[in-house]
Amino acid sequence: MNAGRTFATAGRVLTQIRHDPRTIVLLVVVPSLLIGLVAWIFTDTPIFDTIGPALIALFPFIVMFLIASITTLRERRTGTLERLLSMPLGKADFILGYTLAFGLLAILQAAVAVSFAVWVCGLTIKGSIWLLLAVALADAVLGTTLGLFASAFARTEFQVVQFMPALVFPQVLLGGIFLPRDQLPDVLHVISDWLPLSHAIDALRAVATNSEDAAYVGGELLIIAAFAVGAVVLGSITLQRRTS
Amino acid sequence: MMDTTEPVISIRDLRVRRGRIAVLHGLTLSVPRGQVVGLLGPSGCGKTTLMRSIVGVQDVAGGEVTVLGGPAGSADLRHRVGYVTQAESVYDDLTVRQNLAYFCRVLGAPRSDVDRVIAQTDLGGNSGQLVNSLSGGQRSRVSLAAALLGSPELLVLDEPTVGLDPVLRVNLWKLFHELARAGTSLLVSSHVMDEATRCDRLLLMREGEILADETPDGLLAATGARDAEEAFLTLIARHPPEVSDGGNS
Repeated sequence: MNAGRTFATAGRVLTQIRHDPRTIVLLVVVPSLLIGLVAWIFTDTPIFDTIGPALIALFPFIVMFLIASITTLRERRTGTLERLLSMPLGKADFILGYTLAFGLLAILQAAVAVSFAVWVCGLTIKGSIWLLLAVALADAVLGTTLGLFASAFARTEFQVVQFMPALVFPQVLLGGIFLPRDQLPDVLHVISDWLPLSHAIDALRAVATNSEDAAYVGGELLIIAAFAVGAVVLGSITLQRRTS
Repeated sequence: MMDTTEPVISIRDLRVRRGRIAVLHGLTLSVPRGQVVGLLGPSGCGKTTLMRSIVGVQDVAGGEVTVLGGPAGSADLRHRVGYVTQAESVYDDLTVRQNLAYFCRVLGAPRSDVDRVIAQTDLGGNSGQLVNSLSGGQRSRVSLAAALLGSPELLVLDEPTVGLDPVLRVNLWKLFHELARAGTSLLVSSHVMDEATRCDRLLLMREGEILADETPDGLLAATGARDAEEAFLTLIARHPPEVSDGGNS
């Protein structure tokens, strides 16, 4: 692991995205539009205040999962990954470089989405906005690392897109957006405890309602971080210098 | 400094399987230092697998591959061996210069290397262009330029001249010989037999075996042929292919 190579990789990924302004616009604008749509649907009901925070957790996670899995799959397929691994680039440099680049994008995305939700759609955040951004960022990092890991099991872009419903949708369904987690059937409740997105949504909800202290949110952040580290470790095992 | 007479690559009894098919069955060969060595043979004969084994990105089933005095693929060799695959393996959505600057930083090579390799591969006029706007020949030169960064001691080039126009091809071979004169060792594969005469030494390969390891003149003398293509055919006639285990012949 080498800081220079990690930063070089992050810079390279960001330069690639800079050459693709349409992706940047979609990345930044779409979450806000969807949050606006949900706020509109639930006008004059208290529902937006309960599911709004969860939406802020969903976007960075889903979007970063998708772009991380597709871009790293592209690196595997075009041979650039093989070139990099035949050079003195560490696997950690590669993964951390990507995580750093997508983490920065996620900050931008989350900042715009949170501002829009709070100032335009009137979402009430009783706790700290900074804590909210921190959870959204942790979420994006989690999405990135899971995406890197998933890309190892896909041979084509079609397959990797299918991993989205397979790995992401169950977490959305069991995360407490549709039904609070404590009202789920017991087995599903236990399963949902083991899904990282549940903890992200819990944390965001706690910040929004200021119902728990910072230690609780910190604990949830640690759980998310543990999942992200696990995905990085598994992901780096899938980056083999020698292949058949 | 290493002994200059010591081979830059030496391979003993290299065996590689892909799935259930044996691609290389017990190759033994050595590549001398400071020369342009051509690896010639038809598509699918195992050239790429052999090159991947030399660079150390191929899973091998057995045998020994020693490169620049160390086992192939060891960490220390990652600075000293440049590798160009048949796929361009550069980033489409970066400019030529951005690609090279990134690989340069990964290698820890001096920044001035970027301008040097752009000049060596005649890409001066395209350095600010996105790679996806370049022609196939230009893209493969970007890939070659990336391998020249950091002045590696050994260059392993998999079909670097495919799809290039004749003028560029001549220029590239001139570049290969300039590099060799400066002390770089090159292993260059091709399935175009008329490129054989441009090499200092030839390895003729067929179905995972080396048929000949000779100088171009030596090869013609040994076979009595007029050109490399004819020599290759003569050699095939002399060595009827064995039925390989798991193969479909």
